[in-house]
Amino acid sequence: MNIVAADPKGVDAGPHFMDGDHAIAEGALAAGCRFFAGYPITPSTETAERFAERAPEVGALFIQMEDEIASIAALIGGAWGGQKVMTVTSGPGFSLMLENIGLAVMTETPMVIANVQRGGPSTGLPTLTAQQDMMQVRFGSHGDYNIIALSPDSPQECFDLTIEAFNLSEIYRVPVFIMTDETVGHMHEKVVVPPASEIKVVERNLFKGPKEDFRPYGFDSQGGHPMTRAGDGYRFHITGLTHNERGYPVMTPEQNKIVLTHLIEKINGNADKIIRVEEDELEGAEVVVMSYGITSRIAVRAVQEARKKGIKVGSLRLITVWPFCEQKIRDLSSKVKAIVMPEINYGQIVREVERCAAGRCKVVSVNHCGGAVHDPMVILKAIEEACQ
Amino acid sequence: MNQKAEVEIKAPLAGVLRSERMPHIWCPGCGIGSVVTCFAEATKRSKLDHDKLAVVSGIGCSGRVAGYVNFDSLHTTHGRAIPVATGLKLANPDLKVVVISGDGDLTGIGGNHFIHAARRNMDIVVICINNFTYGMTGGQVTPTTPTSANASTTPYGNYEYPFSLPFLADAAGATYVARWTSLHSRNITQSIEEAFQKRGFSFIEVITPCTTLYLRRNRLGDGVDTLQYYQNNAVLKHGADTRETAIDFQGKIIIGKFVDREKPTYLDSANRCNTKFIGDDYQLYGKTPPEKEAEEAAKAAAAAGAPPA
Ligand SMILES: Cc1ncc(C[n+]2csc(CCOP(=O)(O)OP(=O)(O)O)c2C)c(N)n1
Ligand code: SF4
Ligand SMILES: [Mg+2]
Repeated sequence: MNIVAADPKGVDAGPHFMDGDHAIAEGALAAGCRFFAGYPITPSTETAERFAERAPEVGALFIQMEDEIASIAALIGGAWGGQKVMTVTSGPGFSLMLENIGLAVMTETPMVIANVQRGGPSTGLPTLTAQQDMMQVRFGSHGDYNIIALSPDSPQECFDLTIEAFNLSEIYRVPVFIMTDETVGHMHEKVVVPPASEIKVVERNLFKGPKEDFRPYGFDSQGGHPMTRAGDGYRFHITGLTHNERGYPVMTPEQNKIVLTHLIEKINGNADKIIRVEEDELEGAEVVVMSYGITSRIAVRAVQEARKKGIKVGSLRLITVWPFCEQKIRDLSSKVKAIVMPEINYGQIVREVERCAAGRCKVVSVNHCGGAVHDPMVILKAIEEACQ
Repeated sequence: MNQKAEVEIKAPLAGVLRSERMPHIWCPGCGIGSVVTCFAEATKRSKLDHDKLAVVSGIGCSGRVAGYVNFDSLHTTHGRAIPVATGLKLANPDLKVVVISGDGDLTGIGGNHFIHAARRNMDIVVICINNFTYGMTGGQVTPTTPTSANASTTPYGNYEYPFSLPFLADAAGATYVARWTSLHSRNITQSIEEAFQKRGFSFIEVITPCTTLYLRRNRLGDGVDTLQYYQNNAVLKHGADTRETAIDFQGKIIIGKFVDREKPTYLDSANRCNTKFIGDDYQLYGKTPPEKEAEEAAKAAAAAGAPPA
């Protein structure tokens, strides 16, 4: 893995006052993204607009495609053309991207896709917040596979995690998702962009050996197999079909097992390295409030109020939602009375919590349909009930 | 694709086709192989740097072409070859990007991408292998199936109006449009070579027999009968008005080069526009070939000891 300082051209260092959508664009430029293909959709459009505005001065290119299917297809071409690539969308556009998310997974193409979530299903609540696509991002494309999804809770984290998303996508050759939401996307806060020299960027691992030794794939359940880019003379082939190390189709159950195991295990096997969570007073806690994204900001208030009432409550914020922190929940569930999980959906990630807790503690879903964040008092009430 | 055809690659094409992947999957008598041979021949004859040539296909029997050509090649999803090619070209403008795919792929499921790439004058070459059917899935109707022809999903005959692809490409803004049949191998090869030289959206349609499905369902005999039909019914008409290029069931097929015009490509326009608004600070995105050519010519001249032009 080759880690270098960011290219200063893409880094607008200093303090800014900006929303999460803009911060994603700045994070992408800082991470070295030089190709963005997108299609407008509320509440994500501002990211595309900022990238389009900044692209010429950075030496990057923005193209507005004819739809979201074309956008993600162009990213696959762009990545194999040698660029770091990204797009941004929301529910309806995300649904359109699903087939080619599978192609990106299958061809092990690095890219970053941000989903600024809004309420669904269908056109739903175009301008209002939600966290309803958390299962879709993991399982939405057909077939078995694995991805990485990060969930920022502030514009600053939109910036930071976009850089991290690019780095992870290079390390594991997998699409990485920024699963944010309308509230964070449109929330203005202070965002500090560090100087380029302080931003760590993972360079693409390009194969440099003799032509006859080149293989676009290595099914070793790790992520680091070198790739190439069109024009370098390696004459690569990639396909969405089940393939061998050369990228040629081999459509047998045996080969499918080899490819699938690799695609899934390169993430699962490195989960410890990938997963980031933020913990607060888990030691000795009776109840733990678990959350991610904007919901964490609301949960903080509920936790504070509960502590004032003398309840021993800890909090666990998922920065990485996928892969899911299974081991953490297994350990935690044998120590606490209950895990309380607010989400702006009908109960999605809480299913993972239930699965991992496996009956060792109570799991309380504080579900809440899309359109607004929780009332912290509702979370507080759930905490109080959970410790009885 | 009921049988495997044993085909040995003619020695002269060995470098441009992936011999290790033979035999290919196409049926005996299928026209796709002829188009591949023409393409391979054109790459051999052109002065293009083969390391800078990339081929993108969608899904279908025709979509398998990417897997057999010895260039950087991407076999993508159904209908999405053109946007993948767009990304590839924009990520590395030094590439010559060629899309080779089927009629269903490019103009059914991928029709939206087709017209938009032509509208933008994206600098790519698109070769459509038009066999009037969805071959890979068993002979269903496509947007180009002639009215009254039989397909597995129009078992009583097709009652829809088909697209005429040259008209569609022309109307959408393509800068090069030609149509041939798979019988016209020399013309196809020449057209591909011309398209390699063009800057902008170039479109070549090749009417091609699907022996196993389209011909059989319509009781049109075998591949040889089809070539006979092409021989008797292809009408060469360079510069024909593309509004008059529709194909009726077993009717005349107007062939030739219909459109050959110049206009700035997508990247030319992007660079021009940004230079105008941003000024000298703007760094041209990707070096556009004319500038590169001029630069290379100057370098070559300098190397030869000639004074710079
Ligand atoms: C999204 C999607 N829908 C449907 C299919 C099934 N499918 C595979 S190939 C094909 C038709 C291809 O037809 P065409 O592009 O004309 O190629 P041909 O096989 O005739 O060469 C279809 C419908 C698919 N692979 N993906
Ligand atoms: S297009 Fe028809 S003849 Fe050709 S390989 Fe497919 S099914 Fe066979
Ligand atoms: Mg077809």
